[in-house]
Amino acid sequence: MSIVNTWFFPTRLAWRQLIHDRLKLAAATSGVLFACVLVFMQLGFKDALYASAASMPLKFDGDLFLIHQQSEAMWRPAQFERSELMRALGHPAVAEVAPLYLSLATFKALDTQVKRTLMVYGYDPDTDLLNVDAIKTRKRELRVKDTVLFDEYSRPEFGPVSNMLEAGQNRTEVNDYKVTILGVFQLGISFAADGNIVTSDLNFLRIFPNRNAEEIDVGVIRLQPGVFIPEIKEELRAHLNDFVKIYTYEEVLKHERLYWENAAPIGFIFNFGTIMGLIVGMVIVYQILFTEINNYRFEFATLKAMGYPHSYFIRMVFASAFILAILGFVPGLALSSSLYNLAESQIFIPMPMTFEKAFTVFVFILFMCTTAGFLAIHRLDSANPADMF
Amino acid sequence: MVIDVHNLNFSFGSGSLTQPVLKGIDLAIRKGEIVLMTGPSGSGKTTLLTIIGGLRQASNGSVVILGEQLVNSNEQTKVKIRRQTGYIFQQHNLLKSLTALQNVCMTLELQRDLTESERQYRAQQILAAVGLEDRMHYFPEALSGGQRQRVSIARALAGRPKIILADEPTASLDRQSGHDAVEILKQLAKELNTTILLVTHDYRILDIADRVVELEDGLVKAVEHQE
Repeated sequence: MSIVNTWFFPTRLAWRQLIHDRLKLAAATSGVLFACVLVFMQLGFKDALYASAASMPLKFDGDLFLIHQQSEAMWRPAQFERSELMRALGHPAVAEVAPLYLSLATFKALDTQVKRTLMVYGYDPDTDLLNVDAIKTRKRELRVKDTVLFDEYSRPEFGPVSNMLEAGQNRTEVNDYKVTILGVFQLGISFAADGNIVTSDLNFLRIFPNRNAEEIDVGVIRLQPGVFIPEIKEELRAHLNDFVKIYTYEEVLKHERLYWENAAPIGFIFNFGTIMGLIVGMVIVYQILFTEINNYRFEFATLKAMGYPHSYFIRMVFASAFILAILGFVPGLALSSSLYNLAESQIFIPMPMTFEKAFTVFVFILFMCTTAGFLAIHRLDSANPADMF
Repeated sequence: MVIDVHNLNFSFGSGSLTQPVLKGIDLAIRKGEIVLMTGPSGSGKTTLLTIIGGLRQASNGSVVILGEQLVNSNEQTKVKIRRQTGYIFQQHNLLKSLTALQNVCMTLELQRDLTESERQYRAQQILAAVGLEDRMHYFPEALSGGQRQRVSIARALAGRPKIILADEPTASLDRQSGHDAVEILKQLAKELNTTILLVTHDYRILDIADRVVELEDGLVKAVEHQE
């Protein structure tokens, strides 16, 4: 009850003073809103980037993954011998192994004939390495020579592939090699590749004549059901050469994400943007609170003369900061949600507004406003009740 | 004695720039008394008022208000005295973002044992007593000068203070509203047996006083008793 009382009255007075001048309140709120949207967009792009970086490994159907230790990220792998993967078969817990080939290649757009780079995945269709239904149901057709499946979520610059397939136009060139597009699937693009196609291992080697079947990019291992994966991982680690790295499913996702977070400067750029947004917002809120205290200092001095303690006004300043945080955050959340949708339709990378993200930004904004409050309270000292008479 | 000032000295500034304002003031005011303080500008009236109200720190002499020594007192003591004192300022000093009723409630919000409805009720009562029952929800800028000063009087009296300190409350009012305001103040103060110390230059309102004190050059010059 006493805490309610301690905060209720200063908060109510802060609220009444804020709403008294609607125009000024709108200006103040838009300052917070601006910071809020800025932070939301930075975090949104960052998360979208990390999510898209792992969009392919996310669909992996396997327990353990072998990657060359020189592979910085999956989109530019170093090859290693297929025999290294086959050695894993010697472990009794290993059920099956399958190689994955991947490489960037040019794809000639069906309508404009412009060549643009996308990612080509090649694997034995019977192994179902990617857990995508549209690929699994077409595995028989994929065995046919020079056939590929096209990722519907690729950027539109590759042409309206789905529509052209329906119109019967299904021939194009990948890496200057003529192929037939059987159909489409849905995977999603990343910052490394604007589009994806999936083909069989044999077709992959036809598209890339300088590659050979013994040099693989990723080795996928499936284990017997019920085994403890980290334990098998350690045992395999002891058997395999040091030049391959062995990852669990979670680790391979993390490996991809960490590449974009650290190796690529992109993570830094977005974090920098977030901090700048918060600093700009803090300065705006500080200015608002400072001006507010300055304008009301005679009223504060009057209240002090009436017997209000100094702490009452400190609580008022923080209450004002809190109210501004809420008033700026709510429209900021709504605006950012629609901007996320707009961005999704422009960059074709999913940008979901999650509760977690909204909560994080709210904490940031609250922190920003509280800090501004701390900086502004020194101005309260100018409210001297002795000057009131 | 509600107010007991003895040999009070006060100066502004320090060192060679020291400017003595009060030079040994003696002043005692009984409970329920209405005392007017007059004197030329610079005689130290306002300074004395701020020291008695616990708004300014004095370090010399003795100022006992409601049994508390204010000379060299701490902040808590001063806040305690401020809460038992109602202030009426030369400018009305109402909070411009609050209505008349909310302004009066600001005094009552210091009394935590009251409920919100009790506060509302008491604020309405006192506003009605100063003749503003139909202006309760007006903001200060929508009120006339006399009405604002009456809200200010209501605010000072709402907390049923033991002392009212007023500094030229009629200075910004015309003759009629000035006289009305102090009449209301006097009448309500008498009902509540409140002590009033009122600084004024306005000789039109001397008739409300029980006693007039004249200050000159930091000294109490003369004490006139009204009959």
